[in-house]
Amino acid sequence: MSRLAKGEQAARIEDLEVTFATDSGDVRAVDGVSLHVAAGEVLAVVGESGSGKTVTAKTILGLLPETATTSGAVFIGQENIVQVSGERLRQLRGTSVAMVFQEPSTALNPVFTVGWQIAEGLRAHGNYSNGELREKSIDILRKVGIPDPEHRVDHYPHQFSGGQKQRIVIAMALVLDPELIVADEPTTALDVTVQAEILDLLRRLRDEFNAGILLITHNMGVVADLADRVAVMYQGEVVEQATATELFANPQNDYTKRLLAAVPYIGAGREAARARAVERDKVNAEPVVVARGLEIVYPGRFGRGGFRAVAGVDFEIGPREVLGLVGESGSGKTTIGRAIGGLTRVTGGSLMVLGTEFNGAKESDIRPLRKDIGFVFQDPATSFNPLLTIAEAIAEPLVVHSEAANPDDARARVNQLLEAVQLPIGFGDRFPHELSGGQRQRASLARALALRPKLLIADEPTSALDVSVQARVLELFAELQHEFGFAALFISHDLAVVDMLADRIAVLYKGELVEEGTGEQVLGAPQHPYTKRLLASLPVPDPIEQGKRREELRLLREAP
Amino acid sequence: MAATPVVVNPKGSLWSRLPLVKQLAQSVGLQRGMLVAGLVLVALFLLTAALAPLLAPYGFAQLRDESGRFGSQQPPSAEHLFGTTVSGYDVLSRTIWGAQTAVLVIVVAVTMSLIIGVLLGVFSGYFGGTLDRILVVVCDAIYAFPSLLLAIVMSIVISGGQSSLLGGIMSAAISITVVFIPQYFRVVRAETVRIKAEAFVESAKVIGASNMRIMFRHVLRNATRTLPLILTLNASEAILTLAGLGFVGFGIEPTSAAEWGYDLNRSIADVSSGIWWTALYPGLAIVLVVLGITLVGESLNDLADPRLRTRHRAIASPAAAATANEVDELEKPE
Repeated sequence: MSRLAKGEQAARIEDLEVTFATDSGDVRAVDGVSLHVAAGEVLAVVGESGSGKTVTAKTILGLLPETATTSGAVFIGQENIVQVSGERLRQLRGTSVAMVFQEPSTALNPVFTVGWQIAEGLRAHGNYSNGELREKSIDILRKVGIPDPEHRVDHYPHQFSGGQKQRIVIAMALVLDPELIVADEPTTALDVTVQAEILDLLRRLRDEFNAGILLITHNMGVVADLADRVAVMYQGEVVEQATATELFANPQNDYTKRLLAAVPYIGAGREAARARAVERDKVNAEPVVVARGLEIVYPGRFGRGGFRAVAGVDFEIGPREVLGLVGESGSGKTTIGRAIGGLTRVTGGSLMVLGTEFNGAKESDIRPLRKDIGFVFQDPATSFNPLLTIAEAIAEPLVVHSEAANPDDARARVNQLLEAVQLPIGFGDRFPHELSGGQRQRASLARALALRPKLLIADEPTSALDVSVQARVLELFAELQHEFGFAALFISHDLAVVDMLADRIAVLYKGELVEEGTGEQVLGAPQHPYTKRLLASLPVPDPIEQGKRREELRLLREAP
Repeated sequence: MAATPVVVNPKGSLWSRLPLVKQLAQSVGLQRGMLVAGLVLVALFLLTAALAPLLAPYGFAQLRDESGRFGSQQPPSAEHLFGTTVSGYDVLSRTIWGAQTAVLVIVVAVTMSLIIGVLLGVFSGYFGGTLDRILVVVCDAIYAFPSLLLAIVMSIVISGGQSSLLGGIMSAAISITVVFIPQYFRVVRAETVRIKAEAFVESAKVIGASNMRIMFRHVLRNATRTLPLILTLNASEAILTLAGLGFVGFGIEPTSAAEWGYDLNRSIADVSSGIWWTALYPGLAIVLVVLGITLVGESLNDLADPRLRTRHRAIASPAAAATANEVDELEKPE
């Protein structure tokens, strides 16, 4: 139990300013932020990348790099973190403030047992015998819901699943019973069904341990699910602070309104999908992609069997049709996309793409098809050659397929494409790192469409983007699809995003296709228990509605 | 938000983007001191090499002038500022001419190992398979030899013990090349293997680009970023290897070119008999050149890594500066 009574102040930030020295001059990352967190309360700090939310959180633990200059005050109890000595800061870390990191797989040291890592915090702040350490570790593991903790305490991080690892990271934060837990995007790296479980755990910490939680997130659904109060950050400033119910029901600031409006929700794309279906019915043509019993096995290492990423999947993509492929990490959705793009070998069944059988096809068989297949990659930051300008990168497919002699020759066409994706023509002369994530992803679309492909594969094209940017890219995608009339495979882990764009949705689970149909069928009346669970786990940006859904999910989990 | 064009000009003028100028402007404090010191030493070295015919009072193989023979082991005097060697050469002239030999050997050795190592590395890393495995094993085997021993063997093979100016320089350069190819090979291969998995290479692949095009347009240029650093560090190693070869007697004959290692070798006996000038100046030349090149290399290395690069502290508002406190160095902001 926290030493503080419920409602007592766990942390207070006053007029915090943080400035970083960078190569391109000083950058003010946090500009006059004032916040407070009480015991037994969850304060969510939301904002897009670069809004200063993570820097604010790190200031609370004194974790800023030495290029940062801090002013203002951060009070933990009676002490100002900004001014205390390094030694005192070390004492406060763990006992008064603890942190839960974003990526559980990197926050744990792979060469030590989890029990040892949990005990490390205790060892740093007191003298315990080995027996006591072990007992405390087992105890805290049980509290965060690791089954069979007496046995599991001696296991190594790789023996746990992603969700369990995050539970262990939370256990490490909890073991010294801090008044404040800073959780920096604690569920971003997790699948949506696991996310729901971790959010339940955090809610229990608040209620049972009476800890104050500072939750940093960009996901409005998570905010609605967990937060008591919300602070919205934008460009280093807090633009709005309110209770969760009030903020979602009645946002005051323009930025907050825009942010909430940009959150995709299920059911948004139905009208459009219906209209497109009517249009498509008029032309009856051969499907672009046909998969029958598609099977993809990754070869294993010496003496070990291969890994079956895709196990017997049937689907079709008709011309002008958008098939949304949904599933969690490891479900095989990306593998299917890569196989259609000719990047991964098909090992069984049949995959016909534009009339060519890919099972057993050689690179030379696939190459002629490349101009008819466009590919948009997940991370716009890495999918451009950093040494080529945007115009050169977009011209690359034209040059490769001899439609232009060199990038300069293709410039007119490149300019048209830049216009089609709503980028200023001048951006063609910039290098990829000079564009924002959303701009790069548009450029990526332009490159994929350069040869007017019949089929476009989009592998999580918006998952690396902020929500407001994502909304615009999705809009653009829909417009382009209408204009260019390509068929598309749209891969995503986010049901709401897929629902906005797809004509039909296919749900993958552990390499198998568990459900397929229109958005109305799959998301309106899901049949398979996995689809139901997936749908119920998706937090909606509305605290009251989310409370009801939480209850439904609990019932669904308890059902056999 | 995404559509608003941001006015940025991170490029700056052409001058400020030139390799060394950029780093010089970027550096502060001790790092700048190291870089400047290194650059001054290297500049001195290169100037000496280029202007050797003007700077050196005598030729490298000159034993006499109008007033007769120089004489053996003469102490420093007005005619011979650094004295003369046991064979009767002028130490100052040989030290100055030696810079020319060193530059030639470095340029030839580094260029050859760079070209061969980089090409092998890209091919090996990109295609993988059997060729890759064989090349890696061969390179590892070369690593296992002491580099000087390997250089000696190579120099015997190449020159057959003879040493004309060109033959001597080429054999020294080729010996050094063989020792250095594995370094370039490994670095470029490792980078290629990493870059091969990057999304932009895959995106080139799905566009339909050929292997050659992917290798040379997309992979190679991205894989060569660390090369300037290895290059400078190798250059200093090349001088040491050249000096080592000369010292053990596989260098260049004194009549074909001046070579610091050879001069050092000839001065061993002098040291014990109190003749310090024959060993000091060639030795000092080696130390200064190696120091200069290494300083440049190490500074470039530190400056290329944002985590090692020191920066000016951010300037906070005056009132805040008083409360500004030490913060732990742990993580970089995203």
